[in-house]
Amino acid sequence: MAKEILLAIRNLVVKYHTDDAVIHAVNNVNLAVKKGETIGLVGETGAGKTTIARSILRILPPHTAKIVSGEILFSGRDITKLSEKEMCKIRGNKIAMIFQDPMTALNPIETVGFQIAEAIQLHNRISRSEAERRACNMLEMVGIPMERYSEYPHQFSGGMKQRVVIAMALSCNPELILADEPTTALDVTIQAQVLAMMQSLKKRLGTSVVLITHDLGVVANTCNSVAVVYAGEIVEYGTVEHIFDFASHPYTLGLFGSLPKLDSRERRLKPIKGLMPDPTALPQGCRFYDRCPEAVRKCSQTAPGEVEIAPGHLVKCIKAKGGAA
Amino acid sequence: MARYIAKRVLMLIPVMLGISLVVLILIDITPGDPARMVLGAQATQEQVDELREELGLNDPLPVRYGRFLWSVLHGDFGTSLLTKRPVADEMLERFPYTLMLVTLGTLLSVLIGIPIGIFAAVNQHSWKDNAAIFLSLIAVSMPNFWFALLLIRFFGVRLRWLPISRVAVWQGWILPCATMALGLAALIARQMRSDMLEVLRQDYITTARAKGLADGRLIYRHALKNAMIPVIMVIGGIFGTSLGGSLITEVIFSIPGLGQYIMTGLYNRDYPVIQSGILIVSALFAVIILIVDVIFALVDPRIRLQYTGKAKRKAGKQVGKETQAIENF
Ligand SMILES: Nc1ncnc2c1ncn2[C@@H]1O[C@H](COP(=O)(O)OP(=O)(O)OP(=O)(O)O)[C@@H](O)[C@H]1O
Ligand SMILES: [Mg+2]
Repeated sequence: MAKEILLAIRNLVVKYHTDDAVIHAVNNVNLAVKKGETIGLVGETGAGKTTIARSILRILPPHTAKIVSGEILFSGRDITKLSEKEMCKIRGNKIAMIFQDPMTALNPIETVGFQIAEAIQLHNRISRSEAERRACNMLEMVGIPMERYSEYPHQFSGGMKQRVVIAMALSCNPELILADEPTTALDVTIQAQVLAMMQSLKKRLGTSVVLITHDLGVVANTCNSVAVVYAGEIVEYGTVEHIFDFASHPYTLGLFGSLPKLDSRERRLKPIKGLMPDPTALPQGCRFYDRCPEAVRKCSQTAPGEVEIAPGHLVKCIKAKGGAA
Repeated sequence: MARYIAKRVLMLIPVMLGISLVVLILIDITPGDPARMVLGAQATQEQVDELREELGLNDPLPVRYGRFLWSVLHGDFGTSLLTKRPVADEMLERFPYTLMLVTLGTLLSVLIGIPIGIFAAVNQHSWKDNAAIFLSLIAVSMPNFWFALLLIRFFGVRLRWLPISRVAVWQGWILPCATMALGLAALIARQMRSDMLEVLRQDYITTARAKGLADGRLIYRHALKNAMIPVIMVIGGIFGTSLGGSLITEVIFSIPGLGQYIMTGLYNRDYPVIQSGILIVSALFAVIILIVDVIFALVDPRIRLQYTGKAKRKAGKQVGKETQAIENF
């Protein structure tokens, strides 16, 4: 059964311009998210995961960040070409984002309830009291008693703040959720609850999710496909089963701790020796060359092309071959 | 909140004690004999000594300090050596002028400074921001008295539109207020701009943007409210300082205000005027700052909730009940 594609990113290039350098944060990324599916973005810190997510919502820092080229098709419309006004109708309504850092994601001088209700009222033609009632329901849904509607962010713990951010993102039943490490700030039990909540919403409403995470267990349990991001590129992409069973890119293998298994007890990504290349001066050849245990001379000279080693399983490595790995 | 205010008022007492002591010591160590100033250069040394004895100037410092506090506590702020009138009366006569000047001047600078600050911040990285910064830099660095003289020359002498030293009519207030407002407006604009830029960089602004808020609401509801908090502090400080320190404007436009009064007192070594004048002006300043802090607490829940305790929780329950009522309905 071929599902409809909700989001398709084609050749996305994003750069940050700082005073003295240009940071190549996202380089030629291709990505597709089908309706009702969850795609996991994994990769080291600084790989460009958040930048990809922010590009989709077009909330990159103005003036410094720029989508240089590429298309982001959402329901067939190219987001990069929409006007600000049209974007406002999509943000929070069709596409919502759960932010990485809950401590700073909420306005300190507005009540948490107001901040949820504001989004609801913005995208629905309803009265204020109805918006407040729905906001209360959202709070209850993420496990916060609605009595705490009128409290301020500083009265909440980090985990509760994150749940408020999640409630805010889910409040308008978006078609696509960009979840940037949504559970990192939560303790394990709440983590499971939040993921279960997102799963049920996904089932009920057919919501698609782009899930950025460092947790392989979460990837195994919730994702349909995985994209491994390295230095602004997707170096390996495929269904979650394929990636776990036939990981081919040396970087993926390194991350997963050589022999990944879907039921493995290793939950965290493995640290790999060495550093990611400086995003202001990316090497000419393969970006993983310096750290790759299997590098050959050719790797430092030409960037590897994409190889489809199995249907839908793409690897950017010259050692990858068509067919099984 | 009432307890917070009461506590703050109590804290004023040691502050005032400290200020009056410092002023007394300063008067003590400044050269120039108040008795000699009163009697003039022709008076004999005996006459001067006699007056010093009469005024109690020969008593040791702690005795004079005690005497000063004692009379202040009894509502007696002393009598001017020069005019022989009670300092309190003279200050009360002058206070409305200063209050008027400072209120209008501050208001004007707020009305000009805040929109310019927002405008500059919102148009960062464009020539509009650069133009605003450039103008405010000129305004901040332009000496007050010089700007006043320009205004007087142009509007008062050349065009003859506005009176230059007659605050009895309302038009007379325009030039003094403009003089006061120029630098202050620039100061407020610069503060507003930097706070606004700081707030616009915050994550919660991105969150608000991700909800789908349009720029207008984002800036005026979410960013401005947060950015105003430090600006309120600056405005309060300006207002408080100007109460005792709008001297140049008062002198140039012949406004019989407090700054001029204390300055004349200083010039004549009229120590009762200096002592009580500075004490009263600093008390005013402290009260203004207290008011600012209360406004602060009203705007910022993080401060407010420290003093209101559980009150907000109850308000929360209220909303909860209402929503339940709606659901039951
Ligand atoms: N506002 C910014 N200005 C300049 N450079 C930035 C900015 N935000 C991110 N970058 C740079 O872009 C690159 C990608 O950053 P990004 O935040 O997308 O990484 P990430 O994969 O989300 O990392 P993490 O796992 O730590 O969240 C990094 O090199 C980072 O330094
Ligand atoms: Mg990130």
